[in-house]
Amino acid sequence: MLISYNWLKEYVNIEISPSELADKITKSGIEVEMVESLNKGISGVVVGYVQECIQHPNADKLRVCKVDIGQGEVSQIVCGAPNVAQGQKVAVAVPGAVLPGNFKIKKAKLRGEESHGMICSLQELGVDTKLVLKEYATGIFVMPSDAEPGSDALEYLNLNDHVLELGLTPNRADCLNVLGVAYEVAAILEQDVKLPDTSYTASEEKAEDFISVNIESLEDNPYYGAMIIRDVKIGPSPLWMQNRLMASGIRPINNIVDITNYVLLEYGQPLHAFDYNRLGSKEIVVRRAAEGEHIQTLDDQDRTLKDTHLVITNGKEPIAVAGVMGGATSEVQPDTTNVLLEAAYFASGRVRAASKDLGLRSEASSRYEKGIDRNRVYAAAKRAAALMAEIAGGRVAEGIVEAGKREVNTYTVNMDVSRMNGLLGTSITSEQTAAIFDRLGFSYKESDGIFEVVVPSRRPDITIEADLIEEAGRIYGYDRIPTTYLLSEARPGGLTESQAKRRGIRNYLEGAGLYQAVTYALTTPEKSTHFSYNGDAVYPISVAHPMSEERSTLRMSLLPQLLEVLQYNRNRSMEDLAVYEMGSVFINRQEVLNDLPEEYVFVSGAVTGVFNEHLWQGERKTVDFFVLKGILEGLMSELNLSERITYESGAIENMHPGRTAIVKLDGIPVGFVGQLHPALQKDLDLKDSYVFELNATSLVEAETEQMVYQALPRYPSITRDIALVVDQELPAGDLFTVIQAAGGELLKEVNLFDLYEGEKMEEGKKSLAFSLKYFDPERTLTDEEVVTAHNRVLKSLEEHFGAQLRK
Amino acid sequence: MKDRLEALKVEAIGKINESQDLKDLQAVKVAYLGKKGPITEVLKGMGKLSAEERPVIGAYANEVRDSIQQELDNKQVELENAAISEKLAKETLDVSLPGRPVKKGNSHPLTAVVTEIEDLFLSMGFTIAEGPEVETDYYNFEALNLPKGHPARDMQDSFFITEDILLRTQTSPVQARTMEKHEGQGPVKIISPGKVYRRDNDDATHSHQFMQIEGLVVDQNVRLSDLKGVLETFAKKMFGEDRKIRLRPSFFPFTEPSVEMDISCFKCSGKGCSICKQTGWIEILGAGMVHPNVLEMAGFDSKKYTGFAFGMGPERIAMLKYGIDDIRHFYANDIRFLKQFKKA
Repeated sequence: MLISYNWLKEYVNIEISPSELADKITKSGIEVEMVESLNKGISGVVVGYVQECIQHPNADKLRVCKVDIGQGEVSQIVCGAPNVAQGQKVAVAVPGAVLPGNFKIKKAKLRGEESHGMICSLQELGVDTKLVLKEYATGIFVMPSDAEPGSDALEYLNLNDHVLELGLTPNRADCLNVLGVAYEVAAILEQDVKLPDTSYTASEEKAEDFISVNIESLEDNPYYGAMIIRDVKIGPSPLWMQNRLMASGIRPINNIVDITNYVLLEYGQPLHAFDYNRLGSKEIVVRRAAEGEHIQTLDDQDRTLKDTHLVITNGKEPIAVAGVMGGATSEVQPDTTNVLLEAAYFASGRVRAASKDLGLRSEASSRYEKGIDRNRVYAAAKRAAALMAEIAGGRVAEGIVEAGKREVNTYTVNMDVSRMNGLLGTSITSEQTAAIFDRLGFSYKESDGIFEVVVPSRRPDITIEADLIEEAGRIYGYDRIPTTYLLSEARPGGLTESQAKRRGIRNYLEGAGLYQAVTYALTTPEKSTHFSYNGDAVYPISVAHPMSEERSTLRMSLLPQLLEVLQYNRNRSMEDLAVYEMGSVFINRQEVLNDLPEEYVFVSGAVTGVFNEHLWQGERKTVDFFVLKGILEGLMSELNLSERITYESGAIENMHPGRTAIVKLDGIPVGFVGQLHPALQKDLDLKDSYVFELNATSLVEAETEQMVYQALPRYPSITRDIALVVDQELPAGDLFTVIQAAGGELLKEVNLFDLYEGEKMEEGKKSLAFSLKYFDPERTLTDEEVVTAHNRVLKSLEEHFGAQLRK
Repeated sequence: MKDRLEALKVEAIGKINESQDLKDLQAVKVAYLGKKGPITEVLKGMGKLSAEERPVIGAYANEVRDSIQQELDNKQVELENAAISEKLAKETLDVSLPGRPVKKGNSHPLTAVVTEIEDLFLSMGFTIAEGPEVETDYYNFEALNLPKGHPARDMQDSFFITEDILLRTQTSPVQARTMEKHEGQGPVKIISPGKVYRRDNDDATHSHQFMQIEGLVVDQNVRLSDLKGVLETFAKKMFGEDRKIRLRPSFFPFTEPSVEMDISCFKCSGKGCSICKQTGWIEILGAGMVHPNVLEMAGFDSKKYTGFAFGMGPERIAMLKYGIDDIRHFYANDIRFLKQFKKA
């Protein structure tokens, strides 16, 4: 909402500067987002009188003018505006003047003719083209004939004013008008509000002889009032009114329309002026539109209506969409003489429906939507009628023809001062509270610290005690509220075990060299199913109104987005990358989503290019399967899950079929690790890339035993190495399992230290060498015991896999 | 005989001093003190001496032997030291060569900010509450005093999946869920960080996905002045001890009174600069006293319990803290961006 500082001063006494005022308003609850000076650095612009205006001898589009700029001084000014003419009062930038953008005016010669200054358009004085009266939109602005040559043109044009831009929260619709802001400012500055003059002398004619009003549903339209103003003369509105409209961001049109807009801004009450002679009847009927009914609105568009829309009709056909826009047939035109002035209260739901369906949002519709002051409708109508009489020379017929209830009863809300102090942490007295309510213009009764407050109709946002506490608090001043600390008993805060473990996972992965990424949860429907290992009975979840196909469907895996991260960086020539993400995925197993989907926190990583390098020492190792597997093994160890995790080769869509392991926790899949399928790598234009994906929720929620200290070995261990020859297909993991099982209690450590698959081996065979460490923490092992255990291992290996010791 | 011994001593010490390395020295040792050495020879001839002379010469011979041994030891230490120095001289490295890089990643800046805020509130006795990102209309809106038909819950602003299920537009549903779990019993003292979603076009200042951290305290006798205390602690920790805070009245459907918190600009300390748009103040978060309707809907007696809530955007805080000018940087994950946010 744009509020003119000068206009505001008409209703409330302000003795501080616009910026000081803005500061106070902001502090007490309405954010002033900007204070704009309408004088955008202008100086040296005066009123001039065009005494003479002749064609430039050397230029078709220029005129040479003799302009009286006051004190008997007449300047020759060359002007290119098509509408400049002898006898006009105009704004003249004299030599030395400065225009917006620090544009300095100097004496000049234009095509051989001296020019001592410039005759200005409003745009040249910093006014937005869309706010300039249409007839002056492409030329200079012509000022009223009573403007005094030589005087400050900015004063006439109100360009010394300041405009406050208010950022209004939805509860403060009462400040969508100058009077509302005046009440707010009056409360802040402890001043009174001076109301506008709504008096006029009615003619002898009676409005009810010209019109009747009927409302079909008082729920849709609780009140409708019509006034008749006869014999108006359409013309431009006075400059002061135009200036205020422009300052508020509204383009002046003609006096009648401008008055309705002016009172809208002043009272917040939308008004509409119909050309009475073009109504087509002597009655107004307000009803729901018929489904598919048409109206041509005054922007000359044909509109198709729905039965949720409310229309004003002449008893037969619609002449306006209630609260949204008038119809073209009854629009006020240059030859209009008799006006029907509508002042009504329409239900916000009806206005919102029509405004939204028709794509028409206007100053009027937005105010109806946010709620207007029911008890101000009649005053606004009288104010507009008075202005039509004063400015447009109209005769106001006596009375207002109305249907519905003109005013509603006010209600009271109680506030207990001790509860207020309890909630705010203050010690405001009853006397101070009373003074605050006085400043706000709220009437009240008080006894024993309980205030019974009559809520003014302009403040429908106040309905409960807390609302009054807020009013009192903000006027008292939030900067006067003390700073205290919670009184409640101290309780330990802290992370839950799962939260701590999730942090542990992140810290570990970062320590292992991965950078954390955060990507979008919404992806394409196609990508949403990639890498899924949730079985067939999952259904992608798409939002109903996505902003784009790219961001329409919830992810079931973090990998598609991480691959986008690899691509994004690769496109910027960064090819060695190691990233991970921890975030939610969404698994829906319902054909129709009735209950919330399952949500899991996943942790996934993607690594491509060189992983380890130390260039001058000649080390440059690109990532491979075992780099990622090593990272996961370290992670599982960190989570105390190593012994319960297995890696089994398996197939995952989009993964390399021979280089992918399913990660299982206690035999249940919790993720996978491996290389991207080469076909996908090629599609994405990526080098060899390795990824992993783990269900972090499963990992952190797996119950683990409390860590117990293991006594340090006091007795020596005995190490035995074995080199085995086995079938090439046999997974090493199977050997580990058998060795550990057969080794029994005494076997404490098994390490693979060699793998040989070269020429020296028999076809289809490979050799694996293990180092086995035996010990007993309680005593020194005898050779015999070790031999027994070790033989058991060898025997078991031979039985299971036909493994032979390598010769 | 004594003269012979004296001469041997001088001769041996001369040889010791001439020795270039440990090998030479060993040879000298064998030559003079060995079983076949001249001193032994001298001692063998002692039988011919008189009983008076024998102990005198014997003692003197031992003295000579000890002196030579002493000189040998000294020289040995000297030569050993020289050998070590020579070896070390050969082992000298160019210490200016680059070291072996240690692989180390780091957190995303949003996580870093969230973690810092979490830790601060954990230290003040808060716990962290979490909830689903796909939410019901009830928890996302209705339980927060945004009944159906409320303009602030326009379909256009939210990613609805069905009529009743949507991507949460705020982390406040976690507050509603947590309060409900407490079954009307205080105190509740939580913060809830997480991702939220709104139907915005992504640009420099808008993102359809972003993060929020909300805090909630519900107990008997919780006051707006307590909120001020908590927020002031937060502001000083996050933005520096010199920060001042200011509360401005505002409006949120789930709090009444509602406030907006500004901090004094950390760049210009309130003089006015481009960061604070010449106002000296920077808007950081929204807060307020929990609306009685919200308390009642979650099963708390609003006559007995009061509470405060606050909510902030980690993106905004990270942008202010690190001077980041475009919110899209957080989600593009340019590695050159990510690598800048080292922890220590």
